[in-house]
Formats: sequence, structure tokens, C-alpha cells
Amino acid sequence: MLYREAGDFKTSYAKDQQTFPIAFDRWGYFITVAFAFLVVPFLINDYWVNAVVLPFLIYSVAAIGLNILTGYCGQVSLGTGGFMAVGAFSAYKLMTAFPELSMIIVILLSGGVTAFVGILFGLPSLRIKGFYLAVATLAAQFFLVWMFNKFPWFYNYSASGQISAPERSVFGFAVTGANVTPAVSYLFCLCFVFVLAWVARNLTRGANGRKWMAIRDMDIAAEIIGVDPLKTKLTAFGVSSFYIGIAGALLFAIYLGAAEVGEAFDISKSFLVLFMIIIGGLGSIFGSFAGAAFMVLMPVLLKNIMVGYLGWPTDLASHFQFVIVGGLIVIFLILEPHGFAQLWRLAKEKLRLWPFPH
Amino acid sequence: MNMQDSYITADGRTIGAPVMEMKNITLRFGGVVAIKDISFDIHEGEIRAIIGPNGAGKSSMLNVINGFYHPQEGEVWFRGKKRKPMKPHQIAKQGLARTFQNIALFKGMSTLDNIMTGRLTHMKSNMVSQMAWWGKAQDEETANREVVEKIIDFLEIQTIRKTPVGRLPYGLQKRVELGRALAAEPKLLLLDEPMAGMNVEEKEDMSRFILDVNDEFGTTIALIEHDMGVVMDIADRVVVMDYGQKIGDGTPDEVRSNQAVIDAYLGVSHD
Repeated sequence: MLYREAGDFKTSYAKDQQTFPIAFDRWGYFITVAFAFLVVPFLINDYWVNAVVLPFLIYSVAAIGLNILTGYCGQVSLGTGGFMAVGAFSAYKLMTAFPELSMIIVILLSGGVTAFVGILFGLPSLRIKGFYLAVATLAAQFFLVWMFNKFPWFYNYSASGQISAPERSVFGFAVTGANVTPAVSYLFCLCFVFVLAWVARNLTRGANGRKWMAIRDMDIAAEIIGVDPLKTKLTAFGVSSFYIGIAGALLFAIYLGAAEVGEAFDISKSFLVLFMIIIGGLGSIFGSFAGAAFMVLMPVLLKNIMVGYLGWPTDLASHFQFVIVGGLIVIFLILEPHGFAQLWRLAKEKLRLWPFPH
Repeated sequence: MNMQDSYITADGRTIGAPVMEMKNITLRFGGVVAIKDISFDIHEGEIRAIIGPNGAGKSSMLNVINGFYHPQEGEVWFRGKKRKPMKPHQIAKQGLARTFQNIALFKGMSTLDNIMTGRLTHMKSNMVSQMAWWGKAQDEETANREVVEKIIDFLEIQTIRKTPVGRLPYGLQKRVELGRALAAEPKLLLLDEPMAGMNVEEKEDMSRFILDVNDEFGTTIALIEHDMGVVMDIADRVVVMDYGQKIGDGTPDEVRSNQAVIDAYLGVSHD
């Protein structure tokens, strides 16, 4: 009975255009954010941060990024892994070249570099669409990984070919290296996620988002009403790559600490993020979070069930995990092709009427 | 009637000077001549119909007007200036809007968002402002929403404001598409078969909207339509095309009595 629009009158267009027009949603959102910022840091421990929370937060950023490009603007991309590598290597080069530079700026600049690379690889999108564009971005994936392997300058000529994040701190708290506390790395990522998700929401609900969606739904009609297709597609590539670059930089610097490009940013990363947005829901910020949560949490949950409760050997469990996650994805997509976001929307529509059927 | 000047219609409206002039347009696709040496003009405030049998080149003509096709010969004059070859989105910014023969709405977006896209040429806030949803971006959003709400009221589609257009029935989709074109506040509105596939009642509604648009906003309209009853009722002047050529031009009454037009529509005996 709480979930109602009735009686919640909007007296201005600004009020009607807010992100959470229903009071119940709005309060749910405020409580979630407050909980994430004020309560979780005190509860969190090493296991939760490394197994669940950090990968979830970081992949959420990547998923939002890809969702902007694929879900909102309709340009399929299989280059996510490569663009994440650009973010990671930019962060590494910036951290080693300018040790005094604040980590916040390093991460943002890495996003900027990736945005530039993304725009470059987005140029063919004016001419090619759909599967053909997917193949073109696949080329970006392989080219970028090859490039970071081939030229030792990118990994500072280290013998192993690995990049590892030196210790840096923000406001006196170590965020990278060996002395990081779970709460600090959690909060550091959370701040990025919070701001980036908010910006993504604003960009997608206004004029800019409408341009993207117009191109996605009917590019000819979009052009007729004054949308410049090249500029619009390139902004989508730029913004999307900015997010994905930041995700790559965070993944490398905060989560992994050390990375080898062929391993950490291979094609499977591209698919992982693509699955996240398909399962979560194309064209939805909430869906990006839901998809990231599903893809990060399911394996952990299954492992805990199979190894912890059923006592299966670890190797058997890890193989079964692939089978089960794969099966779940297939079943889920048959049942709800539009992902978690659509399920959520349907649930909300039902809730509005509950407990009355009409 | 002197075509260069303004004139007064049968129902007493004053029509202004030409907004759009097509001068000796020829459009070829390889060896196929889609449009052959056609000239006509569209005056400010008038409802101009383009009719003709299937394959006459009407839609090609509309595509020339809004820049999808670039004619090999001839000139397009818009608001007293010769138009350089431009991309469709640049032409849209000059004040041209259109609807399509097969509905071309943005299926994943709500009615409101679809019509709001029509306002894009009027929205100029930068990306930083949009990122923060603050300052100019928000003001623009609200101001344009007001304009869009007026159009929604005008077209009587308030109840489907937040429905994704993919779920709407055909007649309503056509209306939303008209709304999107109107939202741009065009100097010239092009309608490609606005009544195709509609029943009598829907046709009457649509005719009323077209006349109201012309009357209330003073919008100049050029439309392609197959329903002769409708065309003869609402159009001020009619261009008739057949096989890429212009075979008639004038008021509905003049066109109706034109022998070439009658031949094109009813056929000629070859004995």
C-alpha cells in the first residue's frame, strides 16, 4: 500500500521529470545511498571487498559505460576489454610518470585518454552498423591488447610484462599498494560509482540521451529532426569509453594491483560486460547495476553453496559453476529478454495496483 | 493567378510569398529518371498537396526537399535563398520537419520523449550543464516540456503521454509522429501520406488536425496523399505528378478538370 502515485501530485514539470517520481522509490534510493556510504564501510572486511563488493562496483561502471553505447545509442561494441586496458595502462603510465599526481586525477585522466581512443575507434560507426560494427570493435579489442603487449614502453620495460600499481594515497589514506584497508578502497570506488552513475542518469534522461536513443531506434528519422549522426555517435563512444576507461583503471589500480594485459583485459572481459548489460537490461542505469551484481555474485554464491555446503571438490565446483551460470543466463533470457530492468519495471507496475488486480 | 505573389484562397485566407521554390529539378538513379524537370513552389501559409499514381516520384520529391536526395539538376530555393547541398540534419535546423509514409517513430521511447526529440533543434545547453542537470539544461528541459505539453493537448493524446510508442495503435502513432514534427515549430511541414491505412474516422481526425495546424500556427504544409476526397477538401493548391513529370498544377478545381490528370488517373484508351 506504500507504493503509490495517487495523491502524489506534481505541480511543476521539474518535479515530474525527476529520476524517482514516486516518493517510495526516492526514499528507498536515499536510504540505500546512506547505507552504502555510512554503514557499509564499518562492516566491510577483506573477503567481502575482494570477492564481492569491489568487482561489483567496478564492473557496474564498465556496464554503465557499455550500456550508454549499446543500450542507449544502439552501437554494439565488443571492444570493452581493450578499452579497459587503455584505462589501466593510462593509469599505470600516469602513476609512474607523475608520482605526485592525485589518484583521483589519475583515474579521471585515464578515462579521458580512453575516451579519446574510443572516439577514434568509433569513427567507422558512421558507415557500418550492427554486426559489422561489432566486428570492427572486435578488431579494436585485439589491436589494443596486441599493442600493449608489443611495445615495452607501455609496461615500463618490466621483465615480466606486468604492470603493478605503486603505493599512492588520497587524503592520507593508502588507496593502492599493500597497505590498503578494505573500507578505504571500498569508499574510493564507491565515490566514483556514485558520481558516474548520477552523471550517466542525467546525460541519458535529457536532450543528450534523447539524441542517443533517437539514433538507436531510427537513425534516418533522427537525422530528419536535426540530430547530427556522426557527432551523436561519437559522443556516445566518447562518454562510454570514458566510463570503461575508469573501470579499467580502477580494476587495475584498486582491485588487482597488478595486471598482465593478455590475461586481465582479454576478449572474455568484453563478453562479460556485454552479458551484464544484456542480463541487466539494455538502456537502463539500474539494469547495469543489476547485471553487474548478477554476474559477480552468481559465481561466488554458487561456489559457496557447492564447496561450502555440499562439500564438492573445488575443481569440480569451478567447472560446474560455468555450466550453471551459462544455463541460468539462457533460461533468464528466454523468460525475460529485456533483463532485470524490465522485471523491475513490471514489478513496480504490479506494486502500484497491489493488492487490487486492476 | 500570379504564382509569384500572395493570393487569397477560396475560404478567404491570405497566402504569403513563396517559402520553397523548386526550379527545374531532375533526379536520376543511374539510368532511371525519378523526377524530370519539375518546378513548383510552396507559398507561406498554404496547404500544398502533391498527388499522383504510385511510382510517380512524389516521395522522391519530398526526399529532395529535405535533403535525403541531391538532384542532379535544378535548384532548391528556401525562404528566398538558393540552398546549398546540405545534410538532412542541417536542413532540419533551417526549419523543415516531416513525417514518414511508414511511421518512423522512436519505438523504445515514450510519447513524451518522442515529441521532446522534435524540440532538439531548439535545445542548446552544453554537455557539462546536462551532466549536472543544473542551470541551462534543466531550464531548457522545463521550458521545452511546456511547449510539448501544448502540442500533446492540441493533438488530444494526454492519456498516452508516458506510454512507449511501440505499444500504441497505428492511428495514434501517426498522431504522435505529427506531434514530433510540430514540436520543431517548422517553417515548412512535410507530410508523407499522413492518412495512409486509416479508417474514415481517423482520416477525419487527421484532416482536422492538419487544418488546425495550418490555421492556429500558420504552418506551411506540403503533403502527399492518395485519398482524393481529402486532398480536394483540404489542399489550397495541388501538384500532380506522373512518371516523374509534372502534369498539372493549380487549385483542386483546376486540377480536377485537367485532361492530362484525368488520363493519368483513369487511363487513356489507345485506339
